[in-house]
Amino acid sequence: MGLEQFKNRNVGTQEYRVLDLQESPKTPMAKFAQVAKRTFKGELFVGLGVTVREMFNALFRGQMHTVKYPLEKLPISPRYRAIHEMLRLLESGHYRCIGCGLCEKICISNCISMDTRYDENQRKEVSEYTINFGRCIFCGYCAEVCPELAIVHGPRYETASEQRASFSLFEDMLTPIDKLSLQQEYDGFGAVSPNADENIKKTPLAY
Amino acid sequence: METTTLIGQLPEVTAVGVAIKAILILAIISAVAGFGTYLERKVLAFMQRRLGPMHVGPYGLLQIAADGIKLFTKEDIVPQHANAVIFKVAPVITAATAFIALSAVPVFPDFRIPEFIPVLGGTFVPSIASDVNVGILFVLGMMAAGLYGPLLAGMAQANKWGIIGAARTAIQFLSYEVITGLSILAPIMLVGSLSLVDFNEAQSGGFTSWFVWQQPVAFILFLIAGFAETNRTPFDLLEHEAEVISGYATEYSGMRWGMFFIGEYANMITISILAAVVFLGGYNDFGFIAGWIMILLKVAFFFFLMLWVRAAWPHVRPDQLMWLCWKVLMPIAVINVVVTGIVIMV
Ligand code: SF4
Ligand code: SF4
Repeated sequence: MGLEQFKNRNVGTQEYRVLDLQESPKTPMAKFAQVAKRTFKGELFVGLGVTVREMFNALFRGQMHTVKYPLEKLPISPRYRAIHEMLRLLESGHYRCIGCGLCEKICISNCISMDTRYDENQRKEVSEYTINFGRCIFCGYCAEVCPELAIVHGPRYETASEQRASFSLFEDMLTPIDKLSLQQEYDGFGAVSPNADENIKKTPLAY
Repeated sequence: METTTLIGQLPEVTAVGVAIKAILILAIISAVAGFGTYLERKVLAFMQRRLGPMHVGPYGLLQIAADGIKLFTKEDIVPQHANAVIFKVAPVITAATAFIALSAVPVFPDFRIPEFIPVLGGTFVPSIASDVNVGILFVLGMMAAGLYGPLLAGMAQANKWGIIGAARTAIQFLSYEVITGLSILAPIMLVGSLSLVDFNEAQSGGFTSWFVWQQPVAFILFLIAGFAETNRTPFDLLEHEAEVISGYATEYSGMRWGMFFIGEYANMITISILAAVVFLGGYNDFGFIAGWIMILLKVAFFFFLMLWVRAAWPHVRPDQLMWLCWKVLMPIAVINVVVTGIVIMV
């Protein structure tokens, strides 16, 4: 591989343009000439044209940017670590958590507390499971360590609450059984966002 | 003129009519000025691909009511070291002069109240509160006097931003006033009268008789000066937030602040009507479109133009405004007047 290829800094398809800025005029006459030129060149009307074009785009071509936030929400990146969710098995609808306790163990702010017992089939079941969101730092370790992809970070990012300690119970975080078909698989911590390709800029390697 | 005969015959009826018209102007223009703030926010928002006010009422239409409640119920604060009397008088000057200026502006064609309306049916109504014979000078003079509002407000409030705002008021006033006068002089020479009603009559010959075709330079100069007069972008130096906090209005809040803005919007409407009457054929019928619709359309266009320009253009520095007015626009205006004079003589 030749060095040329590394030195090629012209990456991607971004449209970088160099502005053609002329030197500012020095003499009064040159200043006047510049004003006259700019006045009659109609550049001011270009500005008017741009704004009115954007207005038409917004009103008639559906390019309005406003998101009416509490009513509409933008999708959030799968890498975002928001309020936890407990997922269910798609086949049986049973919760995925096997009560292994790894999340409780790894939680660095000690905010998960859980208890388990044997049910009538001698199968382990989760009897208590709470997360204290007043302490949780949303580090994501619990989701990362979970062997069953049971505890994950969901898309709910409004975390303000009235109390400092706001506990979330297992049932609250569990996917409601009637919404099972809507359950989203968690891409996980480190997953790329859906539009990653557009966002990535190739970095020139050789300097 | 019909008005003079009416005055001659029934002085008391005319006086009542003038009072009614004055109240109507006050009511309608302050309502329209309030609505103008809504329009301004909406149009600016659309031009930036935003929605603007949306939540109070359908499409945010009741936003004005919410603003009104807010302005009226805010605590009325007079700063400690301010000159209280002048501080309180200043906003009244701005609002009052803006409305007084409107008294000599004809808005609609003269009309008769339809016969089926009980008491007033059949009365002839000239749509101008007072057709004073110095019409246009009176309007411009009143609007110029309105600048005492920002000037006194800025100086009375014991605030350095206010002082800067007041100084900028003076600069702006010194800059544009000469252009307004000189640009309007050429059409005045063509009409030979200062009454706005005469201006309208002089352009009754349809589209081609509009003065904008005879006096394009004066039209553009008048628009530029009008933008400066109403303190609109690109000449919004008096209270440009990015530079002088709020300029002359820094210490104002509540309804005192609101009065400045009612005055500003009333002035925008006045300038729009003036531009329409002096240059764009006023309230003459246009083909099959009735005159009163035409003038509403024209005023709406100029109002929209002011918002449009605000969305599109950056504003100039005070020294640039002065440079522009005295070194560029004034010579052009003078040349325009001289050329018009020569053409009239020949
Ligand atoms: S995100 Fe971190 S702090 Fe929060 S519960 Fe999971 S491990 Fe604990
Ligand atoms: S790590 Fe996963 S499976 Fe284990 S207890 Fe926590 S949530 Fe349940």
